[in-house]
Amino acid sequence: MKVWRALWRREWQLARAQATDWLLPLAFYLLVASLFAFGGKPNDPALVGFAPSILWVGALLAALMSLDRLFHPEFEDGTLEQWCLADTPLPLIVTAKLLAHWLIQGVPLAVMAVPMAAALGVPDNGWLPLLLGLLLGTLCLVMVGGLASSLAVGLPRAGALMPLLVLPLLAPVVIFGSGSVRAALSGGDPVAPLYFVGFLAVLAMTALPWACASALRSAFD
Amino acid sequence: MDLLTLSGIVTGRGQRVLVSAFDLRLSAGALMHLTGANGTGKTTLLEVAAGLRAPWEGQVAAAGARHWVGHRNALSPALTPSENLQAWCCLQTDARPEAVDAALTRLGVFAQRFRVCRALSAGQRRRVALSRLCLAIRPVWVLDEPLDGLDQAGLALFASLVTDHRQRGGAVLVTSHQPLPDGIDDVEFRTLEAA
Repeated sequence: MKVWRALWRREWQLARAQATDWLLPLAFYLLVASLFAFGGKPNDPALVGFAPSILWVGALLAALMSLDRLFHPEFEDGTLEQWCLADTPLPLIVTAKLLAHWLIQGVPLAVMAVPMAAALGVPDNGWLPLLLGLLLGTLCLVMVGGLASSLAVGLPRAGALMPLLVLPLLAPVVIFGSGSVRAALSGGDPVAPLYFVGFLAVLAMTALPWACASALRSAFD
Repeated sequence: MDLLTLSGIVTGRGQRVLVSAFDLRLSAGALMHLTGANGTGKTTLLEVAAGLRAPWEGQVAAAGARHWVGHRNALSPALTPSENLQAWCCLQTDARPEAVDAALTRLGVFAQRFRVCRALSAGQRRRVALSRLCLAIRPVWVLDEPLDGLDQAGLALFASLVTDHRQRGGAVLVTSHQPLPDGIDDVEFRTLEAA
């Protein structure tokens, strides 16, 4: 518990000191989603049909922006060396760090999607599946992105590599996540696709921190 | 009793062998100063000795916990010395966060404890990094260029830290391009040759 508190406090202090790190993706999300609406015909009813996909892809792209900041600063300043040598097991540190990143970065994006869904004309019965799906979806992205960024931690220009490594793996998350919103809008059951996204999130959370930890260790070899 | 033993170490960077068949024994109270030209593998070898890097061949045995101070300070530039060290302490079983103020005082950077590390001078950051040595009592210290950026007073402080540690029965493995400060005597030298 002491370890979790300490790591979360550290992330919170970092987020407070570098507010642009988490504010920029939110601003980016807002811009991308509204530009889609501006690009279409005014008052086009077809926009509602595309809204789940726009909101989902926008959120994932926005969350992708901060992934190269996930382990790279710690690698640069040497904190990662101390983490590898700490008495606390590295997978635990990595899990705490990834969850903190999700709370600071993923949760605000998921929450922001709701007013933006309203702005794009999505009826209110689609809001809850959107919120829940994005909470789980951003969790998946942070876990998969954590693995990608720990694999690329020693490489220069790793940021350009992130979308290529991460986005293909997230195709099922997008399909079922926005599928759940579409199901709700067409009067179907939104829960089943959400369960699948939840399953992917749990799977990612169970397996990937260990993989991240070994990838980070190999950054020193 | 040997606190740190390296036997038959082979290691390198990428595909290149830098150090081969390296043996080292550090007993209680010993200090070994590892020297050698740039690129002879001093840092790589120290990372192996600290347990950060697995050797290609050979064995590393340490009789107790090890302190590692690398040439990077392990301080997040956006956080203060106090925040950085407390976060570090919470990940260790042998360090208490309440000891941070005393350690910063010992190293003479107590007044800077609430300034972000980005705003500190290189020497002050080095002192903060070295204050980890006071936060947990560990028998083996592995230090990579610990004197970087330290002023005269800092050098004397470092000498006193090392002397105290050796009197407690600790061992030190250190690299440094400048000679170790006065007050540190009975130094063993080892020079790494280019492979």
